[in-house]
Amino acid sequence: MKILVCISKTPDTTAKIAFSDNNTKFAADGVQWIINPYDEWYALVRAIELKEAAPSTTIHLVTVGGADAEPIIRKALALGGDEAIRINADSHDSFYIASQIAEVARQGAYDLIFTGKETIDYNGSSIGGMVAELLDLPYVSLAIKFDLIDGTAVIIREIEGGEETDKISLPVAVSCQKGMAEQRIPNMKGIMGARSKPLKVVEPIAVEALTSIVSFDLPPAKAGVKLVSPENPEELVRLLHEEAKVF
Amino acid sequence: MSVLVFLDQSEGQIKKSSLEAASYGAKVAEQLGTTAEGIVLGNVTDDVAALGKYGLKKVHTLKNDTLDHLDAQVFTNVIADAVASSSATVVIFSNNFSGKAIAPRLSAKLKAGFVSGAVALPDTSNGFVVKKNVFSGKAFANISLNTAVKIISLNPNSYNITTIDAVAEVAALSTTVGAPKVIVTATNKIVGEVPLTEAEIVISGGRGLKGPENWGLVTDLAKLLGAATACSRPVADIGWRPHHEHVGQTGLAIAPNLYFAIGISGAIQHLAGVNRSKVIVVINKDPEAPFFKAADYGIVGDAFEVMPKIIEAVRKLKGA
Repeated sequence: MKILVCISKTPDTTAKIAFSDNNTKFAADGVQWIINPYDEWYALVRAIELKEAAPSTTIHLVTVGGADAEPIIRKALALGGDEAIRINADSHDSFYIASQIAEVARQGAYDLIFTGKETIDYNGSSIGGMVAELLDLPYVSLAIKFDLIDGTAVIIREIEGGEETDKISLPVAVSCQKGMAEQRIPNMKGIMGARSKPLKVVEPIAVEALTSIVSFDLPPAKAGVKLVSPENPEELVRLLHEEAKVF
Repeated sequence: MSVLVFLDQSEGQIKKSSLEAASYGAKVAEQLGTTAEGIVLGNVTDDVAALGKYGLKKVHTLKNDTLDHLDAQVFTNVIADAVASSSATVVIFSNNFSGKAIAPRLSAKLKAGFVSGAVALPDTSNGFVVKKNVFSGKAFANISLNTAVKIISLNPNSYNITTIDAVAEVAALSTTVGAPKVIVTATNKIVGEVPLTEAEIVISGGRGLKGPENWGLVTDLAKLLGAATACSRPVADIGWRPHHEHVGQTGLAIAPNLYFAIGISGAIQHLAGVNRSKVIVVINKDPEAPFFKAADYGIVGDAFEVMPKIIEAVRKLKGA
């Protein structure tokens, strides 16, 4: 069994969001970087659990990013995984990124490809579906449970107002969200071990980006909260009905 | 040239988020000087011709049992055929569960530029630029699509449904439907509740409610307003409420017209899931709760004293 886990570097959830260069670039100065939480807590940890259940499993991590992504990859390797591949490119175009990952995946002949359900920076929810299409694989998005039963994937995915259980033969690509696994903290043995795990750097293939970012905007500042006295909560109902007109 | 809108159905009925996508698609078509068409897959009980009301000139249908369940690969191939046969240059999805599964695949298949989670009409004054949410609702990015075919998935509840007096022409697609690789063995839907992602009003509770036995304060108000119920992460983690109600960074992201938060402090991770709501109301006894900074209306007070009065006032207003 070979699993490929796609990892992305994102600003910390509490990072201040600001832009530079006339609002065309994310202002990264002083920003703390983390592994995208969906990639880490759900995709990677579930892959590690599958390896714990079947130790012959191999886990490879892949990321598309510059050398500044390496601390994040080492952290991911400290949690688990056998080796990592960094595709040396920087892009915000989902198709470009997916094409690079698909190329690595093609060469590695993986049984499972895990992604997080989205990154918390560009919120594209696109990489898993695109990689699956480029490799002509089935794709299950927004999975909340993943099991292997006699070599077949049994996946529960979220649907509007409920859940659906799917059965799929491998190989398959899966986007993972809450429910798949629980967050883990790397231990000292993991951190030490991660230093000697292979981290391969490969150059990107030529792919044309389909989109480009023109600019960023910040949402207009809120006018400020209108406080209603706790002595007269009926006034809140009146305001919501007559002023905000929400019911 | 046309704009093609994928309309998602569940148990034969077209979803509200898809009607928003249809209205949006009709407006995009008007901007481009062309017409909007729809595509509806599977066995639909709704009157498809009536979708003309949302501005669709023509609706392509394909009644097929396989298409009652989502296999993103099968759907992508069928929609790709429809894109070709209707010479569509723009394809619109709702950024809902199905849209998230299909739209990126279609983008890769057609090498069509894709913006997921659009929140406004494209700016076609100079190229084709679409505004989308980024950084979990903390900012917007304006994305330029540089390809002949363009794909947009529209965030639910970011475009108002508009109607006209018209009927759509209905045409059956003659595409072959591939064998699905994803076999659905069970579906488990919560019946009788408003799905969170489709709800216009969401009433939500946090740890400030002290225990699941006090949730009547949330559900009573929700019932009166036809609202969905939600909760904060700690509440789902302790097991006071089911996990599918958890909104926030790691739970669902929602954008209702009204988000009414009771006893939730408003940590940044929670805000990431709700900050696209049009109006936010916060009831919290701690005046320092960070949620008040993101709120439009608020009461600094004890939910156990304030909420019964609010529920009573709404009951009177609704004449219930």
